Amino acid sequence: MGGLRLVSVLELANISKHFGAIQAVNDVSFTLEAGQVVGLMGDNGAGKSTLVKMIAGNFRPSHGTMHLDGKELILHKPAEARQHGIEIVHQDLALCNNLTAAANVYLGRELRRGIGPLRILDYAAMYKRAGQLFAELKSETRPRDLVKQMSGGQRQAVAIARTMLSQAKIVLMDEPTAAISVRQVAEVLNLIRHLRDQGIAVVLISHRMPDVFDVADRVIVMRRGRKVADKKIASSSPEEVTGLITGAIEQVA
Amino acid sequence: MAVTLDQTIAQKQHSFLSRMLSSQTFWVVIAVILACLFLSVATDAFATQKNLYNITRNITFVAIVALGMTFVIITGGIDLSVGSVLCLCSMVLAVTMHAGYSIEVGILATIVTALAIGAFNGMLIAYLDFPPFVVTLGMLSVARSLAMVASNNTVVFQFGPDHDKLLALGGGAWLFGIANPVLYMIILALITGFILRWTKFGRHIFAIGGNEHAATLTGVPVRQIKVAVYMISALSAGLAGIIETGWLGAVTTNIGTGMELQVIAATVIGGANLAGGVGTALGAIVGAALIEVIRNSLGLLGINAFWQGTFIGGAIILAVLFDRIRNFRRSD
Repeated sequence: MGGLRLVSVLELANISKHFGAIQAVNDVSFTLEAGQVVGLMGDNGAGKSTLVKMIAGNFRPSHGTMHLDGKELILHKPAEARQHGIEIVHQDLALCNNLTAAANVYLGRELRRGIGPLRILDYAAMYKRAGQLFAELKSETRPRDLVKQMSGGQRQAVAIARTMLSQAKIVLMDEPTAAISVRQVAEVLNLIRHLRDQGIAVVLISHRMPDVFDVADRVIVMRRGRKVADKKIASSSPEEVTGLITGAIEQVA
Repeated sequence: MAVTLDQTIAQKQHSFLSRMLSSQTFWVVIAVILACLFLSVATDAFATQKNLYNITRNITFVAIVALGMTFVIITGGIDLSVGSVLCLCSMVLAVTMHAGYSIEVGILATIVTALAIGAFNGMLIAYLDFPPFVVTLGMLSVARSLAMVASNNTVVFQFGPDHDKLLALGGGAWLFGIANPVLYMIILALITGFILRWTKFGRHIFAIGGNEHAATLTGVPVRQIKVAVYMISALSAGLAGIIETGWLGAVTTNIGTGMELQVIAATVIGGANLAGGVGTALGAIVGAALIEVIRNSLGLLGINAFWQGTFIGGAIILAVLFDRIRNFRRSD
């Protein structure tokens, strides 16, 4: 690769995962750097989501090690990943339609004021902070609106704002542009750029070639559990990546 | 650009008025008021002090249980056992006090019984993934049967040394001549409203009803909360049982029969959604009020009492129909 070395946030070394006889992920190593968007591509069953689930604390690797900021990272459950600053935007966004945008942003981490058993929800503070997050994301999302009434792009903004509540280092995004309109895709890609500009390492799992080439700095391609490519977007092409995904091209450095 | 974005974000989309007009609870309040006005004009007996006293007091037993049911329905569950739990709790109170224990011991035993039943329902539903319908249907049968066992299916009307205290608790009117059960209902409604709107627990109840999977993923303690809502539901049935026992001055094993229907009807008519995620304390009270006014008016208007079920059932279906219509409009 060469060039300027960026600060690496997460380092995976020789990670493997097997379920019984099935080798889902096989000897994968890579690093994530602060302020970089990495597109993770591959066909269904290539091992992308298993890999991400290990980073998110859903699975433990069978072999290999992960290091976060130079310290070894061992995760037993998803909540621990969150404590370490690893946030996930789930494919289905995990939003409650019957609650407001602010309530969804703060779900499970509600702000309260008062003392002892009489601590009540701090609506004002949550509306204010959620509003600031939406402004940072340049998204026209109103904290008081119900998620039910929102567009796909606004819903993404709510799910992404959730990852910005605490000082996230890594945001894993699972197919964020799979089921939304063209205009909203542009909106979501902008949200991803904003995360990157704040120095967050973003992993974008996607099937959509244009999105990855639009927003990612690097692309990692997986095939049958192995990493078959890890290169800068600028030095690759959609044709090459398609070849790597399907196996027409065996492997590139 | 930044200014307009900030303005957009700060904007409130709905005014107070538009929110009120789109709430089912508001329209049910209007319906209750119109029905009362109509009945005051059409009959001589409605607007009498005695009748109003009866109505307000009759509302309370259904309303108190409906408050507890609201918690369960907001999570997307259902509790069919409330009528039987009310009966069992009344019987536990009656039998304990009849055996010579004080009212405090009687009430304590009743509350412990209610919470134990609620915890049992909740555990099966939350940890073993039983459908709420099945568990609470089973409990509907079990609780009434236990009430019969406890009392040997007799009427209990002597409550030992604290007999008078119990009757005063349920039958008195300690404040401004308002029947005590009405006072309890108001206090419990305020507590329910506070919990639903201002506590983390309340927020999580709505989240579970909206999207249980999302609640789990974001770290909401879904299982514990589910157990808690069934305990609250059973507790509200137990409290209603205590109050009703004091009011009636006698307990039979028939008390609370079929009450689950009225309670669920009150909750749904008041605007709660059986699919979960929506419901208010005020809605439960107002729904109970509408049912009672319908019931009362049938008698006053000289309509055969056998029609009661038709009208109440019709009101439930109508309430759900309005909900459907609103959803259709929204999806257009």
